[in-house]
Amino acid sequence: MDKTLFQYLLRLGDGDLILAQRLGALIGHGPILEEDMALANTALDILGQARMWLTLAGEIEGAGRDEDALAYHRDAPQFLNPLLVERPNGDYAQTMARQFFYDVWHYYLLQSLAKSADERVAAIAAKGIKEVAYHVRRSSDLAVRLGDGTDESHARMQAAVDELWRYTGELFTDDEIDRDVAARGLGCELASLREPWLAHVRDVLQEATLTVPDEAQAYHALLRGGRQGRHTEDLGYVLAEMQHLQRAYPGAAW
Amino acid sequence: MSAATAVSPEQVLQWLQAVPDPEIPVLSVLDLGVVRGVEWEGETCVVTITPTYSGCPAMREIAQDIESVLRGHGVTSTRVQTRLAPAWTTDWMTERGRRALAEYGIAPPAERAVDVSGILRRADMPAVACPLCGSLDTRLVSGFGSTSCKALYRCGACREPFDYFKTH
Repeated sequence: MDKTLFQYLLRLGDGDLILAQRLGALIGHGPILEEDMALANTALDILGQARMWLTLAGEIEGAGRDEDALAYHRDAPQFLNPLLVERPNGDYAQTMARQFFYDVWHYYLLQSLAKSADERVAAIAAKGIKEVAYHVRRSSDLAVRLGDGTDESHARMQAAVDELWRYTGELFTDDEIDRDVAARGLGCELASLREPWLAHVRDVLQEATLTVPDEAQAYHALLRGGRQGRHTEDLGYVLAEMQHLQRAYPGAAW
Repeated sequence: MSAATAVSPEQVLQWLQAVPDPEIPVLSVLDLGVVRGVEWEGETCVVTITPTYSGCPAMREIAQDIESVLRGHGVTSTRVQTRLAPAWTTDWMTERGRRALAEYGIAPPAERAVDVSGILRRADMPAVACPLCGSLDTRLVSGFGSTSCKALYRCGACREPFDYFKTH
């Protein structure tokens, strides 16, 4: 088994899965009906991508685990999503700031993975980026609307950007797994995504009349580790809800 | 059918014209452009489809519908397989499909496949004609409509809201 590729794919799948679960919790609770539908559909796209990554991860592991086994029967320390996606939905500014930071990163990540030497990875990425290009357009526009909106929406969006900024450093911090898959042409070094990410994020935040936080603030030593399985307590609540049925009734199907 | 392999892939494709998109019944899976090929493997008819959106829940139903329509024509063994690459694009939608969408009240994709080599903004969205009155005085209400593949618009001329099948 290619253990590093397996873990790398879990990181990709888990990031999408946990964000989709977070967004799914907003169905029926969106601020207006149109936003409710948009979040649900964004969640659906991301969930579809998560399923493909986790299915491929299970095939590579070769231990008989499918997407459901990986989604429902792992505990928090085995989840390898970045901490950003497990942040609570908060108010709508927090939901959209989290989405905006993730979408821009996701876009450049998939752009790079579409060139993977593993054609299965490349195919999932090439398919996913078409959806993510749309997500990033939507979340960029909403960041501007909220930032350059009312005094209240501006203040809330700035607070959300400042709060979540501290979790963005992890998105660009490589470890031996990232370096290994990058060296083999299968994945990419996250550090290489930092510059294009920052350029787009800066443009949008400036258009939104928001202050771009200091770069150094993005690298808080305690606010990373999700991709190595070290999570905040928030993930436990996400998993409790997501996994409840399969934990209570293992293998339940309908 | 004992002589299943005597049925040509072209004939099978003809039959698939009767398989609708479960979300948009005026559109067949052929018009949607998701059928990538038909071939025989011995007595098994292998239909290759490509998913529209990664999370589209209609794909499973489409696979079941393909099997059941072919069974109705006497094909007892069908396998529907999925191929991801090249990724589906609305460019593969047929002209007949585009007309059917417009007549159904859904604005068809307004441009050729979206270039995803750079990040686009809302200002880059194409002008979408109202499928009810034809006016170009239309406005995006939400980036997503009733499904992932659609956006919600409103017409400034006839004031009606409508779905737009996004270029993808």
